[in-house]
Amino acid sequence: MRIAVASGKGGTGKTTIATSLALSLAGGGSAPPPIFVDCDVEAPNAHIFLKPRLGDSQPVGIMIPVVDETRCTFCGKCAEVCAYHAIAVLGKKTLVFPQLCHGCGSCTSLCPENCISEIANPIGVIERGPAVQGIDFLRGVLNIGQPMAVPIIRELQRRIKPLPGQVVILDAPPGTSCPVVATMRGADYLLLVTEPTPFGLHDLKLAVQVAAEIGLPAGVVVNRGDGPFPDLERFCASAGLPILMRIPFQRKTAAGIARGKNLVEVHPEYTAAFRELFQQIAEDNK
Amino acid sequence: MKILLSTASTSLDSAIDPRFGRSAYLMVVDTDTLQAEAHPNPGVNASGGAGIQAAQFAAGKSAQAVISGDFGPNAFDALKAAGIAMYLYGDCSTARQAVERFREGKLQEVGAPTQHGHHA
Repeated sequence: MRIAVASGKGGTGKTTIATSLALSLAGGGSAPPPIFVDCDVEAPNAHIFLKPRLGDSQPVGIMIPVVDETRCTFCGKCAEVCAYHAIAVLGKKTLVFPQLCHGCGSCTSLCPENCISEIANPIGVIERGPAVQGIDFLRGVLNIGQPMAVPIIRELQRRIKPLPGQVVILDAPPGTSCPVVATMRGADYLLLVTEPTPFGLHDLKLAVQVAAEIGLPAGVVVNRGDGPFPDLERFCASAGLPILMRIPFQRKTAAGIARGKNLVEVHPEYTAAFRELFQQIAEDNK
Repeated sequence: MKILLSTASTSLDSAIDPRFGRSAYLMVVDTDTLQAEAHPNPGVNASGGAGIQAAQFAAGKSAQAVISGDFGPNAFDALKAAGIAMYLYGDCSTARQAVERFREGKLQEVGAPTQHGHHA
């Protein structure tokens, strides 16, 4: 089973919940320890909690066009078909703008002179290594200055090959744009972490719409849920979203996380709660 | 000669628009006759590459120079490849004023991008 952890709003506790779930399941003993995938490639930080030994680092690139100007007739077909304006024909020059290129290959395929070839343009790396409690840890890192996270997340998805019964946990980036969609696409279930504030609820609604669009079943974890927040309860009830767990705010939790300790390290009693949460998800989504 | 200016509306007396790729209009002006034709900027709502689109537009209109308030790195590279000179508005407030200053040779020519672009 593949579970994506997302939120819409940033800072609600996605990585805290995702890593807590991974640690709780890893210590369960019955199945192989989970594969944990940090898909927040612009700012990956799950390694702080799971402490992997990242041995293997492989470059990820997208294929960008190279024009043979000795054969180019400057007809402009490549510029016309490029949806991203990443290639332009100006007089007797054809220019490529690598940072705008999505690597779709349209210019290469449609060049009437067949004078466009492609080279790999590195945009980041994928790293893998064993983490605490035998967790198989995988993450992507986007190079500084590169705008496109999605190709790295897709490559992460391709590397996930779970053993029978092995759970995959995908830690999504914040927001609801392309990188989040790319993370959700590989999942069977979506765990939405929210906080009981108008901001948390507003962005939760957006994330729920994305899940509905993809057809992904979802449930909610309310983090830092001190008092009642009727708007959130009403929304979840009307959207048919089960609230699977509530984690009240405690100074002790915040202090522990600030020192790089995971929620289940600070509060070992949550381990059983996370295993139950997983059982319920597995039961409801057979 | 034909030059191209980024403008806020369609007449020669309209206000300049300091943005190149995202200006409301791209105006082609004949510096000899002062005949002007304004075109809605094709890249105004583009998700990216607006400056490149505007540069291609300028090349398509056979403009020999472009006047705007700013040139990002992509627009700069594209205009340079097309052999189109780039000038800054400075304190000009209307298109007509900018054309006059251009004819007098009083506008500053640009030899490098004037900002870092919107994707860096």
